Amino acid sequence: MAEGALSDVKVLDFTHMIAGPYCTKLLADYGADVTKVERPDGGDGARRLGPFPGDEPHHERGGLFLHLNTNKRGVTLDLKTAVGNRIARRLAAAADVVVESFRPGVMSRLGLDYAALSADNPALVYTSISNFGQTGPYRDFRASEIVLYGMGGEMYSAGLEDREPIKLGGDMVQYQAGAAATVATMGALFAARTWGEGQHVDVSIMESQIGSIDRRMTTLVAYQYTGEISERTPMEVMGYPIGVYPCADGYVEVTGGIVYFDRVVEMLGRPAMFDDPKWFTPEAQTDLQLREEFYEFFIPWCLERTKYEIWYAAQEARVLSGPINTMENLAGDPNFNERGAFAEIDHPNAGRLTYPGRPFVMQHTPWAARMAAPLLGQHNAEVFGELGYDRSALMRLRETGAI
Amino acid sequence: MTKLPLEGVRVLDMTVVWAGTYCATLLADLGAEVIRVESTKHPAPLTRGVMTHPTEEAIKNSPPLFGGMPGRVPGRRPWNRYPVFNAHGRNKLSMTVDLLQPDGREVFDSLVKISDAFVENNVTETMDKLGISYQSLRELRPDVVMLRMPAYGSSGRYRNFRSLGIHMEGAVGHSLLRGYADMDPSANTQVYVADAAAGAQGAFAVLTGLHHRRRTGEGQLIELAQAENVAPFLGQFFLDYSMNRRSGTTIGNRHPYAIQGCYPCKGEDRWVAITIFDDADWAAFRAAIGSPEWAEDPRFNTQHGRFRAHDELDARIAEWTSERGHYEAMHTLQEAGVAAGAVMDQADAYSDPHLAERGAFEEAYQEDVGTHLYPGAPFKMSRTPISIRRGPVRLGEDNEYVYKQLLSISDERYCELERDGHIGMDYE
Repeated sequence: MAEGALSDVKVLDFTHMIAGPYCTKLLADYGADVTKVERPDGGDGARRLGPFPGDEPHHERGGLFLHLNTNKRGVTLDLKTAVGNRIARRLAAAADVVVESFRPGVMSRLGLDYAALSADNPALVYTSISNFGQTGPYRDFRASEIVLYGMGGEMYSAGLEDREPIKLGGDMVQYQAGAAATVATMGALFAARTWGEGQHVDVSIMESQIGSIDRRMTTLVAYQYTGEISERTPMEVMGYPIGVYPCADGYVEVTGGIVYFDRVVEMLGRPAMFDDPKWFTPEAQTDLQLREEFYEFFIPWCLERTKYEIWYAAQEARVLSGPINTMENLAGDPNFNERGAFAEIDHPNAGRLTYPGRPFVMQHTPWAARMAAPLLGQHNAEVFGELGYDRSALMRLRETGAI
Repeated sequence: MTKLPLEGVRVLDMTVVWAGTYCATLLADLGAEVIRVESTKHPAPLTRGVMTHPTEEAIKNSPPLFGGMPGRVPGRRPWNRYPVFNAHGRNKLSMTVDLLQPDGREVFDSLVKISDAFVENNVTETMDKLGISYQSLRELRPDVVMLRMPAYGSSGRYRNFRSLGIHMEGAVGHSLLRGYADMDPSANTQVYVADAAAGAQGAFAVLTGLHHRRRTGEGQLIELAQAENVAPFLGQFFLDYSMNRRSGTTIGNRHPYAIQGCYPCKGEDRWVAITIFDDADWAAFRAAIGSPEWAEDPRFNTQHGRFRAHDELDARIAEWTSERGHYEAMHTLQEAGVAAGAVMDQADAYSDPHLAERGAFEEAYQEDVGTHLYPGAPFKMSRTPISIRRGPVRLGEDNEYVYKQLLSISDERYCELERDGHIGMDYE
């Protein structure tokens, strides 16, 4: 099998939960040698989060953890013990990249911050991922997905006018921060390989939303230009059909109004009612009465068709559209399956499962599921063995609670 | 000037709308010379405006996201004033050329020869019609790294499907996992997580390709199907289906096991988001709101008990938040160690002391909009500080530099190309 593009990159991973592990997963999935360090008493907190097979909690079977930690080797270290701490430093001395997601200040108290680790390893790239960044008045604030989205992201304008603002699904904000951290980490690594000098990368999950293309940067710029706040205004004010509509087997999203209304008429099979030029005046798309008249035709048209039928008809007429799929629909979608977008991975405890696969396809250095997520401490003997700890030394480490 | 990580790397950029353009922004932030290849004759769809010459009326009727040009007027060159473009337009260069004319193709080919990477996110058939493929680029530049970002991939039955991020999010299941729990998805607001994901992971893809090229001398084609690219952001839901054949549905603002919500505050349309994870959080929360009698109810002593009484707790929490400003509620709860955040509108963000101290906004000038504060890169780097070195690029702003300096085209030839409609700063 071809080597991954990052097979010459050694990463020491002190991350837990979502954003940090997603960052190191991306590096590992494209070939980096990632060693994940977990606390001996229970490991990464994500191990305790579901989903679990049959809804029975088990720290080796949590779906979130299994997904976020593919292709990583796993070791346990108690960083508060002298021995555990010394081992962490030895591992860091040989690493190209350290990624950590502790609360700000924790790594410096452990003597494992950038200043400490770069002293012996000046080319080290050290990425810290935290809720609000390493500095500033909110540095030590507590956070959650909704808190981060509410403060940093475009939550204020999401939802209905007469309701509370609404978050995104799942943990999108934390995933996005992990992806942004990967960009900065690779940028710093590129620079380190050029000049032999590493640096400290500071990723604030809140700021990864302030600087996100998902509406936030744009509404911030629009505010600068006009002084106007983006409210929870329905997109429908711009024209029709724009939005999610019911259909025979669920829902479908169609974004076809404004300048592309003629394509919508095409999609509908050019019914005679749209021969009337009133549909194509500059005001037609914002005329509420016309909108009602349009829906009287359009909604029944949708209800007679499935989401995929509407999607295909829309694409045929070059109308922007998409099906509102369930996970079952996605897992069964022929295109995703034929293109190999999902991966089957065997795990010694959780068994063989289908996972989301590669985010992108590299022609010469492909994404590969080489290893399932590590069992807690699975690679202790292998990784510490590489540092010269033999079987009896490992036994002593275990007895003292260092690993 | 400090050196930047991608100094000396040149990226040709034929990206449109949001996903590809954000990818190019991140590469430009890191110091790459990103050159947008644009056309005065064939405007990229929805990129520098919904229309090239919108009326004042159309601008006024659009929400700030699309109509928020300075003073709510189109100005002489509306395409340089469009907030959607200007939000990501920093640190880039722009040149214009008509790729449908043989002369234009020649110019394009010479640019490919001196570029390290090429990024685009068009419908597959659009690039086919232009005759631009990895094969054609490679003949000009054997070690080029090419990133293509079609919606569903350049192979398969959806290869020419047109999509914005919102449509792919429906396809990968996000639309059913967000929104109010008591309403159907027709109440959803359009969000573009897929664009943000493609922008960031697209930039990661190019960096990975450049890393490999530096090790081996080998370029390559990278294909990022935007729908496939965002599917891993829903990994736990996908695995729930794998494990339990269960398709999740939205739980609104709630959390799988914590007490959580978005609660009304004093003032008009003010909100605070609060999450109470465990017993310690609950104790801290109770103390922070003054240990009211209702909170002593033994049903609330366990996580399970609280979760069963979520509706009741929501009403109680809202009573408390309604009498406080959103910042006041945030600070009171955070001082007690409870996760709480003011839901910030744009004015809040610009006046927020934390973001100010972190330097989240930077001032930049652009001729057609003047000087404004813009959000910057989504990360900070200690040795190679990332900044807005240049405001949002105007259409064709760098034609002189690209044609004359990079391609050594004579003044005379430059005038000819201008006359033939390649070079310009105005849409037809």
